[in-house]
Amino acid sequence: MSEEIMDYAEAMASFDPVLGLEVHVELNTATKMFCGCVNQFGSAPNSNTCPVCLGLPGALPAVNAKAIESAIRIGLALNCEISGWCRFARKNYFYPDMTKNFQTSQYDEPIAFDGYVELEVEGEPFRIPIERAHMEEDAGKLVHVGGATGRIQGADYSLVDYNRAGTPLIEIVTKPVYGTGAKAPQVAKAYVAFLRDMLRDLGVSDVRMEQGSLRCDANVSLMPKGASELGIRSETKNVNSLRSIEQALNYEIRRQAAILASGGKVKQETRHWHEEGYTSPGRSKETAEDYRYFPEPDLVPIAPSREWVDELRATIPSPPDVRRQELQARWGFSELELRDAVNAGALGVIEATVAQGCPPQAARKWWLTELARRANEAHLELDELPITPAQVAELQQLVQAGTINDTIARKVIDAVLAGEGDPAQLVETRQLATVSDDDALSDAVERAIAQNADAAQKIRDGKVQAVGALIGAVMRESKGKADAAKVRELIMARLG
Amino acid sequence: MALSITEVARLGALARISLTDAELEHLAPQLDLILEAVAEVAKVADPDIPPTSHALPLVNVFREDEVRPSLTNAQVLSAAPAVEDERFRVPRILGEEE
Repeated sequence: MSEEIMDYAEAMASFDPVLGLEVHVELNTATKMFCGCVNQFGSAPNSNTCPVCLGLPGALPAVNAKAIESAIRIGLALNCEISGWCRFARKNYFYPDMTKNFQTSQYDEPIAFDGYVELEVEGEPFRIPIERAHMEEDAGKLVHVGGATGRIQGADYSLVDYNRAGTPLIEIVTKPVYGTGAKAPQVAKAYVAFLRDMLRDLGVSDVRMEQGSLRCDANVSLMPKGASELGIRSETKNVNSLRSIEQALNYEIRRQAAILASGGKVKQETRHWHEEGYTSPGRSKETAEDYRYFPEPDLVPIAPSREWVDELRATIPSPPDVRRQELQARWGFSELELRDAVNAGALGVIEATVAQGCPPQAARKWWLTELARRANEAHLELDELPITPAQVAELQQLVQAGTINDTIARKVIDAVLAGEGDPAQLVETRQLATVSDDDALSDAVERAIAQNADAAQKIRDGKVQAVGALIGAVMRESKGKADAAKVRELIMARLG
Repeated sequence: MALSITEVARLGALARISLTDAELEHLAPQLDLILEAVAEVAKVADPDIPPTSHALPLVNVFREDEVRPSLTNAQVLSAAPAVEDERFRVPRILGEEE
């Protein structure tokens, strides 16, 4: 199944990789690109469809203004020129995922072109040239039935769900990326991570790679060291996690190096990435000519005014790395704290929690410990948990005021996540507030001393560390609601 | 402008239509005739006349991003030749080596 591959270091000694990355982003508009059907992941099959996105005869498309706005904003964030006049085209192909037998897509007149992205990998700066960002629509989803693998090969038949057909897509295409050397796979990964963060900051997409709202096709070719002519590239599809992008490129570089070193020729083809760690050949691609592109007669040209573009330019946030530095300074996080927050995808929720009045360190603590653990268990992103930044801020307020301690706070989190109410209201109705009332606690302390005579004697003898056993007993009796510091104080006053 | 048999075979393959050699021989000259007829337009097209893609001089015809009701699943599938699991059932896809 897998082919011969060369050791990576050995491959790097003889060849320079050249990257080309195509990223598809599904926009999070309320409706589809050309019709008013809701743009939503996870609905019942074929329930978000209409004559337009089903391609029924006579149905006419109408462009979603918000999708155009998002496309322009993405172009601006990629430092692109925005076209003053451009059209959609028909890309003709026959496949059951597209009922019209053509995809409405931009071709030679993209809405945004000639941009760049700047990023760093292990302290080394790289500039990724952007060729274009163009608008198109997504296709329907096929499920292959029968056969051993659930893939197309050996399938008996296929089932089609057109909910996704017509979802607005932006395709972002790089120019050939030279000069990344041995870091090529890491640069590709960093680039896609950069796009993910940037698109999230722009608020134009859910950017969930596992749900397919951000998809990457990774092209790579090898040039013999010192050569200036591009080699033949392969295009690896189905690379849908940051980790896979790095691994797939590493594999392809080693595979191509083995072919070239033995005097062979790399075949220009589409390949599929398998999570087991290898790529396999896919269908031989139709060429651009085969798609017989021509201007879409049913849609008039798009001509964004300079005023509109300038208005949108003012809404572009700082690039993700600059924004991170701003947040780090504002929050007083260490490098490590910031990196953990970024890796957990927690910057947005921390920012929203801080905006609700929560101290940054406390917001970081809740989202990266208790809530991160629960998100992990539920296979959810942090911002998908059924708890809002406002609720987290409220919880922290209760802890800070001494109304509840961390143990109770964890129980409150569980209740909020179970949809049982807001933190303050839960503490109130369930009487979870910390007991620091002297009389109530003194009684509990007396009982604890009576039941733990050994420990009590040790404390009298000056072995203060034995106090833990007594505090523990009181905490158990109060079901965690006692104010531990107060309990300790009472015990020491009684025995010390 | 003669269209070769190979070109017609390629077009057939792209359209997922399987054509016998006899059919190719029969169709190629017919398609040629059609192309010749359309090529008449080229005689009046001047370099200073830009190709027309739209009859009306309009730009920026947009729709607000507001949800409209979709068809029901039953309506959508009512004309489907075969349905399974609320999806369109289609024959297996041939000619894909994946």
